[in-house]
Amino acid sequence: MAWGKRKDLLGIEDLSRDEIETILDTAESFKEVSLREIKKVPTLRGTTIVNLFLEPSTRTRTSFELAGKRLSADVINVSAASSSILKGESLKDTAWNIEAMNTDILVVRHSAAGAAHFLSKVLDCSVINGGDGAHEHPSQALLDLFSIRERKKRIEGLTVSIIGDIAHSRVALSNILALQKMGARVRIAGPATMIPLGVASLGVEVTYDMDAAIEGADVIMMLRIQKERQGAHLFPSVREYATHFGLNQQRLRGAKKNLLIMHPGPINRGVEIAPDVADGPYSIILDQVTNGVAVRMAILFLYSGAAQ
Amino acid sequence: MWPENMPQNASKGPSRGLIIDKTRMGELVQELADRIVAANPDLSEVTLVGIRTRGTHLARRIAERVAKSVGQTVPVGILDITLYRDDLRARIDQPELLRTEIPGPVEGHNIILVDDVLFTGRTIRAALDGIMDLGRARKIQLAVLVDRGHRELPIRANYTGQYIETTQDETVRVRFVEDGDEDSVILREIQRP
Amino acid sequence: MSLIIKGGRVIDPVGGLDRVCDLEIDKGRIVRTGRGLSGERVLEASGLWVLPGLIDMHVHLREPGYEYKETIESGSRAAAAGGFTAVACMANTDPVNDNGSVTDFILSQARRRAAVRIYPVGALTKKLKGEQLAEIAEMKVRGVVALSDDGATPMNAEVMRRGLEYASTFGLPVIAHCDDQNLSRKGVMHEGAVSMRLGLPGIPDAAEACIVGREILLAELTGAALHIAHVSSRRSVALIRGAKERGVAVTAEVTPHHLTLNDAALAEYDTNLKVSPPLRTEADRRALVEGLIDGTLDAVASDHAPHNIAEKEVEFENAAFGMIGLETSLPLLLRLVHAGTLTPSQLVQVMAVAPARILGLPGGTLGKGVDADVSLVDPDRVFSVDPQTLLSRSRNTPFGGWELKGKAVCTLLRGKKAYEDREWKSRQKVSS
Ligand SMILES: [Zn+2]
Ligand SMILES: [Zn+2]
Repeated sequence: MAWGKRKDLLGIEDLSRDEIETILDTAESFKEVSLREIKKVPTLRGTTIVNLFLEPSTRTRTSFELAGKRLSADVINVSAASSSILKGESLKDTAWNIEAMNTDILVVRHSAAGAAHFLSKVLDCSVINGGDGAHEHPSQALLDLFSIRERKKRIEGLTVSIIGDIAHSRVALSNILALQKMGARVRIAGPATMIPLGVASLGVEVTYDMDAAIEGADVIMMLRIQKERQGAHLFPSVREYATHFGLNQQRLRGAKKNLLIMHPGPINRGVEIAPDVADGPYSIILDQVTNGVAVRMAILFLYSGAAQ
Repeated sequence: MWPENMPQNASKGPSRGLIIDKTRMGELVQELADRIVAANPDLSEVTLVGIRTRGTHLARRIAERVAKSVGQTVPVGILDITLYRDDLRARIDQPELLRTEIPGPVEGHNIILVDDVLFTGRTIRAALDGIMDLGRARKIQLAVLVDRGHRELPIRANYTGQYIETTQDETVRVRFVEDGDEDSVILREIQRP
Repeated sequence: MSLIIKGGRVIDPVGGLDRVCDLEIDKGRIVRTGRGLSGERVLEASGLWVLPGLIDMHVHLREPGYEYKETIESGSRAAAAGGFTAVACMANTDPVNDNGSVTDFILSQARRRAAVRIYPVGALTKKLKGEQLAEIAEMKVRGVVALSDDGATPMNAEVMRRGLEYASTFGLPVIAHCDDQNLSRKGVMHEGAVSMRLGLPGIPDAAEACIVGREILLAELTGAALHIAHVSSRRSVALIRGAKERGVAVTAEVTPHHLTLNDAALAEYDTNLKVSPPLRTEADRRALVEGLIDGTLDAVASDHAPHNIAEKEVEFENAAFGMIGLETSLPLLLRLVHAGTLTPSQLVQVMAVAPARILGLPGGTLGKGVDADVSLVDPDRVFSVDPQTLLSRSRNTPFGGWELKGKAVCTLLRGKKAYEDREWKSRQKVSS
């Protein structure tokens, strides 16, 4: 196990392979805790965790909240809508208000890339990036790794295809970086409008062909399509997208037998993934949700000590 | 908190270095096993739970001796108390978290916690919390190889291999073959810079 | 009362001069250069460069309307401290300088408070909206030296065409800020590998180059004088080079920051590095340096864009575009001189001679009889940039803490001191 003193989790970019493995191993112990009848341990008693969610996200917030509570921490949720202290405030003012609550760990979700970096520079407490703009979503990538490792017993050498709007997805970027660090081969697929310009520097395989993306893949990660992006000229219609880039049973005929299908949620059923595929035998989408809590417990546990 | 009525097997005086050798350690483990067998007529309800990591070694040793003496296999579990420590946030380095593995249920069972050294009692306090979160045991007992005194909590072992008189500036280290050392107990002064 | 600047290296490319000698100034004008000159007062300048006053042809002084960022007074003092004796200020004030009365206001403020010469640039279109032409003749009469919708590009090519034609009627060059706003959309930095890593919306280099290409073709069509502002990409450099080869009346400028930094610098989301056009790749940066050396890019201009701290201490995507540059422009260009990339004479060419020529201004030379606008530069003076001690009213520079070599120590406007470096001044006293 390798764990240096780290204050913040801002992105997968900053983590070494050893550190990623430590987080995953630690998460295994927490998965054991979450299978118990009493799912709570007193580890972070007296620790204050603030979930600052300035962009709506029920899933990630709930998962961090549950993780914090299972560790016996005091968890406070602050959202843009619910809090008067945030009205008209700059992010810096918000940060100072958070500091004033004697916060030990701040989990932040923000629509602007770099928001977690900004807060980590201003604040003494640990900052965990819960997703910043189109930049990174490290806890999602870690839970995805955990779910793959749990099923496949390894990550090294696997071929993982990520399909959808790669250019505007923090889930895609964090997963690409994480999978590569762990020795997996990464393929990305989607219409060219959703493949970032700088993609060559990532060292991933790029394809515009769904069948090529599926063939030989051990894992397929489908990304959520944001329907608003029709206006941004990324695709002409949801129907056309579903037909050409959606995952359905027919396309899976060429797939490996022990394929895993993942989705960070929430799912647009019938758009990027057909309902019978989302609920089908390859799907580990519900594992991802369960594992999310264990991985976030591991993150909170490991980063809590560094705040001292 | 040193026991008021000092047992006869307490070691006296300022002897340092090797205080229990391999042979003596074997005898002490056998004694612990014998006393556990004597005090627990129904061994089928007993689970030995070693506290990571050296308590685990000791628990396995005791189970082996029990099996040899009375021919009954007693299950051995492993308890990681990291999540229950009260000094977690004060520590500088991150502790390593390993899995807790208890074979069979805790509910209704007779759990014997096993650790190498009993000192302040805080580890045992954490272990008790950890066990209780796993289920409601019928009974929880404690077996230790060495009791070195200086308790900070009202905790006593049911089975003690040997009492050793120590000062706060000393450390007691139990070594096991399992970790690549020779079986032994060493008493040392803490090196202060 | 004559003044002798003694024993400095006098560099005047227009007069073909680069040698150590004395410079005589009388009644605010240059009298002559020569050896062993004497006068009533003497400025000891050995070890210094004596240059024609530098001219920054692209700054934002924010007055009227945004005096909390900068004023004509504070901006002009920053200019003098940077070795400049003249600046051309852009029209995106509030109200916009799109009519004669705003031009009048700027020039009257300048007369009363400015430390250096202020040359207003008028808007090409009303309120910079790119729809209707501004009252160009009216502004020309009051004193604008060029026209520009800087900060934006008229997206309607017809408007740009008519603007170029109408401006040429009055002999005014048009300064084009080249940015296809549909392509750059919500972009905040150069689009490429770095923007992808940082998750920031990108601005492709084509957003600039498309408009550079369009403006060049329109200049070719109309025969009007076109000047491309703050060129940032190698594709734009190539387009300008090609146009010049064809004989199109196009000139171009580049900023010290685009010559110094690339997009990799944004890794820590420093909002002081958020500029428009954005910092581009290292290959682009090199192409800009090359373009400056071979003359494709005629001039260096700072695009000094002051912003209050509250407009910068926010999320990168919400931060204002622009950095201040008047006080770091010369030291940053001197890095290229110290590296042997640019000769001192080329530096004077791009920072004084070319801006004067493009805008039709006096200055840019130390020739006999011209106004004595002179910059004394200590090329070896090492200093650390401290944003807190800058004379600009704003602090938005990414160069804070940089160790730079060479700076202006004394700036003369019509023979009078507009700026004096404190340390240099104290040494002058001791030696005299
Ligand atoms: Zn501009
Ligand atoms: Zn500008």
